[in-house]
Amino acid sequence: MKIKDTVHYAWKKHILVLLLFALCLYSSIRCTQADFAQLAGNIGQVGVFLRKLAHPDFSYLPKLISPMVKTLKMSALGTAAGMLLAIPFSFLATTVVTGNRVITNAVRFVLNVIRTIPNLLLASLLVAIVGIGEATGVLTIAIFTFGMASQLIFESIETIDMSPLESAQAVGANRLKTAVWAVWPQIASSVASYTFYAFELNVRASTVLGYVGAGGIGVKLNEALGLFKYERVSIIILFIFAVVVVVDALSEMIRRRLK
Amino acid sequence: MKISARLKKPLLTLAVIALLLWCAMDINWSSLSRFSWGSFAATLSRICQPAWGDFYNGTSEDILHLMLVTIAIGFFGTTVGTVLAVPFTLLASANLWNNRILPRVGKFILDVLRSFPELVYAIIFIKVVGPGPFAGVLAIGVHQIGMLGKLFTEEMERMDETAVEACHAVGANGLKTMFYARLPQLLPLYASLVLNHFEIAVRSASTLGLVGAGGIGATLIFAIQACRWPRVGIILLTVVVTVFLLDLLTSQIRKRLR
Repeated sequence: MKIKDTVHYAWKKHILVLLLFALCLYSSIRCTQADFAQLAGNIGQVGVFLRKLAHPDFSYLPKLISPMVKTLKMSALGTAAGMLLAIPFSFLATTVVTGNRVITNAVRFVLNVIRTIPNLLLASLLVAIVGIGEATGVLTIAIFTFGMASQLIFESIETIDMSPLESAQAVGANRLKTAVWAVWPQIASSVASYTFYAFELNVRASTVLGYVGAGGIGVKLNEALGLFKYERVSIIILFIFAVVVVVDALSEMIRRRLK
Repeated sequence: MKISARLKKPLLTLAVIALLLWCAMDINWSSLSRFSWGSFAATLSRICQPAWGDFYNGTSEDILHLMLVTIAIGFFGTTVGTVLAVPFTLLASANLWNNRILPRVGKFILDVLRSFPELVYAIIFIKVVGPGPFAGVLAIGVHQIGMLGKLFTEEMERMDETAVEACHAVGANGLKTMFYARLPQLLPLYASLVLNHFEIAVRSASTLGLVGAGGIGATLIFAIQACRWPRVGIILLTVVVTVFLLDLLTSQIRKRLR
């Protein structure tokens, strides 16, 4: 640690940052109409909720199996579609294969925009355009996976070993052949592990997708929340949590086998 | 066993394709049958003509004001989450305790807090403080405890212990090692994590409006339901640009922190 890093050395800067933070905090408290008295007064509601949550309604579990299976199927399809789409686009998003800065920047811009749209907004937009249903859920998951996975894949393409590329080009391979024979073998195992990662995230996100009517277990969660049946909310969330843990363990196992 | 090794890859591919087909058969695709490219293109072109007039018109219902409220929810929520995450971090970090049970308990609490989606928290807090931005703040705050607590704990457990040992060797107690050895190492890392989560919080604050927890989400949903596509266009544009700018800003500050 250098003397420059100590608090006393740049105290004017620190006070300025603190003042700025206090100003932002004050204005955001004003802006959100925070009412701590009300919070303290009604905190009992949280207690009621927690008490109900602590008694999950296990008799509801059998009715959750089929929506959960549907959620898993939707996530699997959406993840597969998103990944298939993400692979060619992530090749376009680096200069490694194309050697073209303009394409790279354009593709990256589009990917950034897709990633900034929160997936719930994406789902509600697609529900409005395509209509309510499971197909919309699959579509949302696919787009969400596409945005996330292509970022991960192009980052791993950028870190590959360049020598196979050079030797492929030296023997006269064109860009497509270089991509397939020199780049793909190096990133295939990472792509496989990203697929499982994306699948896991999508199973988690599907709880929320039901809220806008995009099918799966989220619809059940939404119903239970709407009817204030917190015993059911509790069992649904426990169930999702358990499934995510199992999916996580399974994907970990498969990923280790792949290596 | 040479053949089986050669057959393994095609067989695996076939199995994956069969699995996906089995999944696809069970999905109800009927909503796609009503889909037409013509209406899709028409909607898209209307979204691409944003209603600039709605962006700022001096009332508290314009998009600029709503976006500021959304950012405020994210900021205040992250602050609440950060402050509340600190005690949980201290409880959950295994290297601060000689006993094995307390850190486990702390980590379990953080896992539970994280496993509930933000929307569920929002719905609970709407019952507590009524619909409005403050419910969104509390929902984000409580959810961030779980996320930030986990990341803070990981950093704490991963940190370099030599400075701590040196402090112990010259007779510093727990509090002194915390302030003179641990905090100087951890603060830049924590600040960077918090900034990253501020951006995530703004993103989720823009969706919490769906359940009535303030921010721009409610307006967007109403606009979508009423098929006011130019208004949807300007709202989406504002959200995307804001998140993009915040991403740029926070990543600049985070680079300085390193």
